[in-house]
Amino acid sequence: MTDPIRELTAQLASDPQSLVFLELGEALRNRGQPAAAYKVARMGVNRYPELAASHDLLARVLADQGDRHAAAEAWRRVLELSPGHIGANKGLAFLAFRAGDPEGALPFLESALGAAPDDEGLAIAVERVRTALNGAAARATAAAASEPSALRGAEGFEPFEDARGVVLLDTQGLRLAGTVDAPDGSDVSDAVAAHLQGVSREASRAARLLDLGAWESVTAESADGHLLVLAPTQSTVLLLLRDARVPVGRLGLIAEQAARAARNWLERLA
Amino acid sequence: MRNLGDALERVTRVSGIRGAMLVAESDGLVVAEALAEGLDGAAVAALAASLTLRLRRTAISAGLAVPQVVQLRAERGTVLSVPVGDDLLLVAVAERDANLGLARLELRQAAAQLGS
Repeated sequence: MTDPIRELTAQLASDPQSLVFLELGEALRNRGQPAAAYKVARMGVNRYPELAASHDLLARVLADQGDRHAAAEAWRRVLELSPGHIGANKGLAFLAFRAGDPEGALPFLESALGAAPDDEGLAIAVERVRTALNGAAARATAAAASEPSALRGAEGFEPFEDARGVVLLDTQGLRLAGTVDAPDGSDVSDAVAAHLQGVSREASRAARLLDLGAWESVTAESADGHLLVLAPTQSTVLLLLRDARVPVGRLGLIAEQAARAARNWLERLA
Repeated sequence: MRNLGDALERVTRVSGIRGAMLVAESDGLVVAEALAEGLDGAAVAALAASLTLRLRRTAISAGLAVPQVVQLRAERGTVLSVPVGDDLLLVAVAERDANLGLARLELRQAAAQLGS
């Protein structure tokens, strides 16, 4: 029996301008070869930057790899090139839902359903999200009634959607926004915030003493997760808990993005 | 003590490393050091130990294992710290352009060598 991937690879080699890369990338994804799929998808985007399907393939590969930000960017590009693209709307809905944002997922699902009204799966998904939102609205109303006013409005705080936990705290170790859950599901946000009180001052002193300039971030790498600590502003500290599989070299980039997102959130709140 | 000297030298040989030291985590005192001129070993040790301990407590409170590397990044350099056994830390100070990948590797190997 012929190996379809080998066959598709041979076709692409004999005609590099063909669109067979779309099929090859999908076949590699399905076979669980994300690195190879990424190469093919990236090559397709470079060769056909105005083709929505090439960005759609890249987005799916990136989503497979857990790079949700890059996947979302690629799907947004698909929608620019092909407004109403069903795959892109489904993909963006999936990312929003995975980030715990069913409200953000709904418009994408509704757009997809508008373009494919006979798609039963989509209809069911829209219904489920609407039901989840109704339940969440009722819970939010109940929670707001018992929550200190300073923490209200923190729900929109989502500086990095695939972080396992995010907490923004003030210089006294009090939580301003975000949550961190322990592996057993218990909320440990306040304990984490309390332990970090003073970290900014210490990091700053250490860097000054060593003539290293201003401190940028502190990371702690454990076998089961990375902690990333930074100061988006002089009076706040941000902690991100990331999966241990995130390459260490990426933590610096993540720190910059997270600091920017936290500053934007603080500005919106002001 | 020869092991100790070898371990520190192994780290300081890496390009861009300004110094390395072995520090008691509980009280931040210097056990051994190999630092470039101008670095205040006692102060670096105290701050590195305190910062590492704080991150360790934070990690544990978040349900994570004890961190194997703690890294402070600053505008012009980096401080790296790895645990050695139960109460010691191996700390290195690196310049901005240092080979951090190699430094991390050497630190961990030196820590393993000292801890064995």
